[in-house]
Amino acid sequence: MKSHYMNPYLAGLFLGLVLLFAFFFSGRGLGASGALKRVVIETVGTIAPEHASNSVYFSKYIGPDKGNPLNHWLVYEMLGVVVGGFLSGALAGRLKWKVEHSPGITSKKRLIMALIGGILFGYGSQLGRGCTSGAALTGMAVLSVSGFVTMASIFGTAFLFAYVVRKNWI
Amino acid sequence: MGPLVPQEIIGEGWNFFIAFIVGIGFGFALEQAGFSSSRKLVGIFYGYDTVVLKVFFSAALVGMLGLLMFSLFDWIDLNLVWVNPTFLWSAIVGGVIMGVGFVVGGFCPGTSVCAAAIGKLDGLMFVGGIFIGIFIFAESFPLVKSLYMAGNFGHLKLSTVLGISQGFLVFLVICAALIMFWIGEAAEKRFAREDITREV
Repeated sequence: MKSHYMNPYLAGLFLGLVLLFAFFFSGRGLGASGALKRVVIETVGTIAPEHASNSVYFSKYIGPDKGNPLNHWLVYEMLGVVVGGFLSGALAGRLKWKVEHSPGITSKKRLIMALIGGILFGYGSQLGRGCTSGAALTGMAVLSVSGFVTMASIFGTAFLFAYVVRKNWI
Repeated sequence: MGPLVPQEIIGEGWNFFIAFIVGIGFGFALEQAGFSSSRKLVGIFYGYDTVVLKVFFSAALVGMLGLLMFSLFDWIDLNLVWVNPTFLWSAIVGGVIMGVGFVVGGFCPGTSVCAAAIGKLDGLMFVGGIFIGIFIFAESFPLVKSLYMAGNFGHLKLSTVLGISQGFLVFLVICAALIMFWIGEAAEKRFAREDITREV
């Protein structure tokens, strides 16, 4: 039984309106990796505060005048994503613990690949100053050069590399 | 008039509440589109499902066209809307690494959180990977700092580079998107994989 997803163009229209709402109210677009970065900063800052304040990258975000790194627009937005995703999954009857993978690979392999992909995406999102939502989608909507470059770079590379990992998917 | 918070028409205290509401809409849209499924997401790279292309470009078009019209009607002051700065080389290299991560892991950050929210353990694993990747980046930052800062063009817009108006650029992107939508629809027929699309 095929899951019933929203028509993709309609879902895109809805997502675009959410983006526009963010611009109109907060003067900024969507994002995801920025919120996860703040979770990492807060975690490192709690476990090893000295290490965090000595880190060239993290120290930009911590300090007596900076407040809690988690007290940020993107963190609240990502909490909303969890709620919104859960609500949609609940309404559509898609709430289920599972490892989604092609029959050609095991669950274990899928989880390892997901972990490796996440590590790469996490690294790249910091180097590229944002991910698909913050840099590519929002960047393109405000017509920034970086938005178009990041979008082309992500999707272009993924197309080229798709052949190498095809056995994981098809 | 807008943006409302930066102009203090709505108090700063409301900004995080707005962020939360925006996030609910964002997560709901992603999940409804099927972005909680890695096998649907990577379909674009093998042609059997091009939902990523359709949703991503429809949303970007609504965003850019909406901003332009809001600005035309004086509903929003575009000078107060954040424009991502362009650091050319880090955007390219970062994008390359993210592209490999996308097709290896089957998600991007927003979609992995959305997938984890409905119980996908591969989504949760991807989120864990992102944390590790961000940590590694921070630790290796001194090594890549020169790349990170290279090619700084500031808050540059593509319309400025091309020497055309913002409206004409949006028109060109709409044309490009329509062509890509047509290719996407054709690809789904040409590379149809009933066995996969039935399951996802």
